[in-house]
Amino acid sequence: MTSTTSDNRTGDEATADDDLLLPELVAHLRENRTQLRREWANRITGAHLLTAMTPQEVFSEATSVYDNYVGVLETGSVEALQDYARDLSERIIPRGVETHEVVGIVLLLRDVLARSLFEKYHHDFGLLNRVLDAYEPAANRIANTVAVSFVQERERIIRQQQDAIRELSTPVLQVRERLLILPIIGVLDDQRAHQLTEQLLGGIRRHRAKVVVIDITGVPELDADVANHLVQTVDASRLMGAGVIITGLSPEIAQTLVTIGVDLTKMNTVGDLQGGIEEAERQLGFKVSRANGDDA
Amino acid sequence: MPDRQTPSEPLRVSILSQGSYLIASIHTALDDSQLLRFQRDLIERIGAKRARGVVIDVAALDVLDSFGSRTLRDIARMSRLRGAETVIVGIAPELAVSMVRLGLHLDLPTALDLEEGLGYLESLTGARAQR
Repeated sequence: MTSTTSDNRTGDEATADDDLLLPELVAHLRENRTQLRREWANRITGAHLLTAMTPQEVFSEATSVYDNYVGVLETGSVEALQDYARDLSERIIPRGVETHEVVGIVLLLRDVLARSLFEKYHHDFGLLNRVLDAYEPAANRIANTVAVSFVQERERIIRQQQDAIRELSTPVLQVRERLLILPIIGVLDDQRAHQLTEQLLGGIRRHRAKVVVIDITGVPELDADVANHLVQTVDASRLMGAGVIITGLSPEIAQTLVTIGVDLTKMNTVGDLQGGIEEAERQLGFKVSRANGDDA
Repeated sequence: MPDRQTPSEPLRVSILSQGSYLIASIHTALDDSQLLRFQRDLIERIGAKRARGVVIDVAALDVLDSFGSRTLRDIARMSRLRGAETVIVGIAPELAVSMVRLGLHLDLPTALDLEEGLGYLESLTGARAQR
């Protein structure tokens, strides 16, 4: 990012004035609030940012962002800045706003305000320089903090969702004596695959299972590592005396597995969960028939 | 057979006879020579007891190296030559995972525990454990 100009502050004689510059600048931005805010909102729409929101929403968001921005410029407080950035992220992430849009609007605001400063001070170049010396570092810090906290907020949400998925986890269910089913829904990553093995082997022991049906209808994709892990899990189950039937391999997964050359020849696979359970019942010697006798 | 004469150490494997089956339980990890002695004893007992099946219980083991799994496989093959089928029982989840990770393929019938193993042998040989 652009962390410029903060250190090349030169003349010592201007320091006393500089302390007054920022308040003056803030006062200027407050005075022209309405006009600058409208200009900024127009720039946002013109740049096709925040397209997920209506113009009215953009305008009202812009208002609060603007006020916060100026407030942070005024106080320079890092905590206020972080609070502001976190608040902004929390508000706009659920609306599907992308990272580049957030960074984009903050940089646009920075630009709009800088232009207004140019306009105001263009008659005195020395003063303009000092104004920018005061403004730029603060503005950069804001942009930086907003971007960082937006990404952090996103990561926090992702972590939260991962935890939720992990808790939903993989249930091991007994459907008949000695027959377990494991429905797997969602992406199977490395960690989840390990958890699955652990729960499956524990379940085999606890339920004294002889046959396990693993249904992967709900798994959108499978990479080579996870597929091999699955093969290993099947082998380990066999060592514990339980046969495994895999059901519900999607066309995509079937193609990937064959293409990447995972050896599934030792695996017992059946098209769908119903077929898998029927096969398991056959292996266990169960016969299922309708009570009223009209055999299908 | 040189180390036939050194039965000094405490018993690490027990071989019990149950009807027409032998039940061999491995109590602690065995080193290579102990494994070989176990193999010899077991093969001998099959003939002496006219056993039709062998259950090897490894529930107490938490590791099994390549030599161990090869010896188990050899025992199964030798037993078959002597007229007995072999089933391995009691592999713990951790042991199962580590064996698979190491790429050890047992290629032997396995069952959850002793009861299951005996059930498997019965279904295979049609014999009864007790008459």
